[in-house]
Amino acid sequence: MKYIDHHAHMVSRTTDDYQQLALTGCVAVTEPAFWAGWDRSCGDSVEDYFRQLTEFEPRRAAQYGVQHYTWMAINPKEADNRELSRDVLARIPKFLDLPTVLGIGEIGLNRVTRNEIATYTEQVELAIAYRQLILIHTPHLEDKYKGTRISVDVLRRYREIEPQRVMVDHAEEHTIEMILEHGFWAGLTLYPQTKISPQRAVDVIEKHGPERICVAGACDWGPSDPIAVPRFVLEMRRRRHPETLIQQVVFDNPVRFLSQSPKFKVAPSEVEAAPARIG
Amino acid sequence: MMTGKPRHSPLTATEIVDEYFIENRTRLLEMAAFLDRLERADPDWARHDFRMKAFAEALDALSAPGERLTRIQLLLSDPRTGPLDALDRKSALGAYDRWNQEGRS
Repeated sequence: MKYIDHHAHMVSRTTDDYQQLALTGCVAVTEPAFWAGWDRSCGDSVEDYFRQLTEFEPRRAAQYGVQHYTWMAINPKEADNRELSRDVLARIPKFLDLPTVLGIGEIGLNRVTRNEIATYTEQVELAIAYRQLILIHTPHLEDKYKGTRISVDVLRRYREIEPQRVMVDHAEEHTIEMILEHGFWAGLTLYPQTKISPQRAVDVIEKHGPERICVAGACDWGPSDPIAVPRFVLEMRRRRHPETLIQQVVFDNPVRFLSQSPKFKVAPSEVEAAPARIG
Repeated sequence: MMTGKPRHSPLTATEIVDEYFIENRTRLLEMAAFLDRLERADPDWARHDFRMKAFAEALDALSAPGERLTRIQLLLSDPRTGPLDALDRKSALGAYDRWNQEGRS
């Protein structure tokens, strides 16, 4: 089955992983700006990373027939550093017109500090000013509930924000309602330990339905799985969900969200999944 | 905007148990082994470590019916509403320290 992984940190992965993605039906990945696992020393270092995301990585993906898109941001893990954040934000606009840049992301909160909120707010305003799609990271573990609530509250302060142009990622069972009820898209991250398993992601689909929900692997330099989305597909089949419903979640939904950027070139399915019944 | 009443899996209850019992039995034994391992290392540790205190409460929550997963997630979450004044560390620890007045998390 064709699928799209809207959250994959491919600069951290080997070309073997692109091969796995291609072999399992992945037609496109989108790569949000990430933290390197250690703090970068200056804006120049981040700008080199942006060049890697916009110049090198699309070519590497294309060798395997996978389209590669990206998002620009200072990642929440470094957003408490206000000096670095201001420097990086000033550099972002020149990348926004490049053909594979879909929007601003991943922005959001990590430990939910005042500085992180200030940087996040400035990035939201940048997205509004340049009319960009927004991809939001929500914090990990005990910080997720509070961080998601504050992230959503900040978005709701801006009348210019169109909720359907925002995906709030790394949603879990205790945060998905506050995301969906305000009209945002929700991303479920299939991650071995700190986020959500394929089994739990299918439970979420069964409880909430497939509307405005996407799944991604969020593979990066840590323990993670570049072919997590096909494992979600397998779990859906294990529970005998129809192929139309599976296609809606792993292909039609991401196409619908990402195609709000005219740069996203994956065509919708010729036969889009009819609204599927669950249960 | 929510989609109404709770829905369910196409699988029947019997099929869910047939399909998922063994893998969840394995998870149950892994948790038991973890608790035994910790007890062998220090029989009192679980009573003092905030993560293990939260873990024990989560185990209690498992036996009460209804929305177990969400209840456990909230039990492990920072319940405060305001931001931290300053960054204390990069990473989350998995549970909020409700037993420390200062709020370690």
